[in-house]
Amino acid sequence: MSTLPEAPTGQKPSDPIRISSTPSSAPVASLPAASEEVAFDIKNFSMWYGQRQALNDVTIRIPAKKVTAIIGPSGCGKSTFLRALNRMHELTPGTRIEGSLKHFGSDLYGPGVEAVSIRRRVGMVFQKSNPFPTMSIAENVLVGLRLNGIKDKAVLHGRLEDSLKMAALWDEVKDSLNRPGTSLSGGQQQRLCIARSLAVQPETLLMDEPCSALDPIATAKIEELIQTLRSSYTVVIVTHNMQQAARCSDRTAFFYMGKLIEFDDTRKIFTNPGNPQTEAYVSGRFG
Amino acid sequence: MEASPYLPTAAVARFRKAKSTAVTVVLVICAGLVIAPLFLVIYFLLVQGWSSIDLNFFTQLPKPTGEMGGGMANAIVGTIELLAMAAVVGVPLGIFGGIYLAEYGSDRANDWLRFAADVLNGVPSIVWGMVVYLMLVVPFKTFSAYAGGVALGLMMVPLVMRTTEEVLILVPQSYREAALALGVARWKVIMVIVVRTALKGIATGVIVALARIAGETAPLLFTALGNNFWNHNLKEPIAALPLQIFAYAISPYDDWHRQAWAGALVLMGLILALNISVRVMSRDRNRTH
Repeated sequence: MSTLPEAPTGQKPSDPIRISSTPSSAPVASLPAASEEVAFDIKNFSMWYGQRQALNDVTIRIPAKKVTAIIGPSGCGKSTFLRALNRMHELTPGTRIEGSLKHFGSDLYGPGVEAVSIRRRVGMVFQKSNPFPTMSIAENVLVGLRLNGIKDKAVLHGRLEDSLKMAALWDEVKDSLNRPGTSLSGGQQQRLCIARSLAVQPETLLMDEPCSALDPIATAKIEELIQTLRSSYTVVIVTHNMQQAARCSDRTAFFYMGKLIEFDDTRKIFTNPGNPQTEAYVSGRFG
Repeated sequence: MEASPYLPTAAVARFRKAKSTAVTVVLVICAGLVIAPLFLVIYFLLVQGWSSIDLNFFTQLPKPTGEMGGGMANAIVGTIELLAMAAVVGVPLGIFGGIYLAEYGSDRANDWLRFAADVLNGVPSIVWGMVVYLMLVVPFKTFSAYAGGVALGLMMVPLVMRTTEEVLILVPQSYREAALALGVARWKVIMVIVVRTALKGIATGVIVALARIAGETAPLLFTALGNNFWNHNLKEPIAALPLQIFAYAISPYDDWHRQAWAGALVLMGLILALNISVRVMSRDRNRTH
């Protein structure tokens, strides 16, 4: 039971960012522009673990078919936020939410909405690759479809190849589809997990620090893959690695102590942030 | 550089070394005493039983009193049938109970369930026999193979349940999350992903439980009863190796004593085989992970 989402600790850490002339609060950018399609429309979203507040009044509109990076120091609530986007946080007992969270117009937490159906539409890739150890490469990719009742051989075969190609793994495994998923290298396993998520054809893919356990070459491959995913999927990626956010995202959201501090075009966040706290974090002065 | 004042003197060091050696010797002796009974059992069974094991023993029914020869074919088959019936009763109950403990139960419910399982585990086997006698023998007015199977099966439940729980808890949470994130219903995640990942461990638990009950005699005394002939109907009494051994061992005939030893050797061999298969399986498991 080691995968509790990170959350702020009980005591209030003293704010390490000291700015002399702090503006009361930098306006949270109201991106995306009105013409842009919105994947997640989130208003006044707060979340608690028991008594402890992990997210505080987050309002953000995450654009569709773009890569949105979420950055911030450990415990800032970024993983918590990500897990709320497909209701994975419900696995942690004692969580409570407030506010509204819409995915392509439908309320994620509406009455009668089941987490299972949300997760079909909002897939997730985890920090540590986790292919199912009892299954072959092909079985791993297709498990989501099979368990959702799809038996048509032609459909399954098509999805297998498409998903592995989309995850940039096909050429490496096409001759060994029946080998165990766990026989692959770490980076390949992570791409297998991405293929497994893509196989059920979600609209949105959440990635929780997908490269933090990988070497630089494997990381580069995944980043490249994220670039290609953008054409057909909405991607939200949590990362500790600011270079990664700068390299592969269109938009960046900076979270700090459970609050969304700033959300803007990635280039702007890293070159000319509107909020001094963001500036302090991206320039490496803390975190 | 000056030596640390905390170093032991040579005499103290020698004394400590002697102490260490003495304790090691005691521990080795204790360890030897622990495994000695196993070798004693196997030794006596081989000495007494080996010469009585022949083809007849595996193919013939017991002979009537006074006649020499005969075998325990019906008891060997009977034990296997009883184990199969016990598995039908005990394995699903135990596995589903274990799944409940590991995946669904609240802490409070689990505390009670675990406590109940531990108490059940400690219920004397003769008591199981008496309970099943009241449940299945008295109402149907006949001893039966069914009743024997149920008595053994109920004994398996707490064992299978606890081992199932233990191996399910060992399945990393990340597999559950990965499957749930694919939009798979929770019960399917548990049955297809979690249970399948832990399947070898669960099978190991089942075999260990079978090995535990294979030699039980007391629960069968008032249920399966025993039978000198082939059982053709599970609603009637059935022979079992432990019952046959018991009956022959307390008889006054040398030829039956001889066969009791042979039966004990075969029963021991069966249990040993079950345990060895567990070892082989868990070795495989360690290799693949």
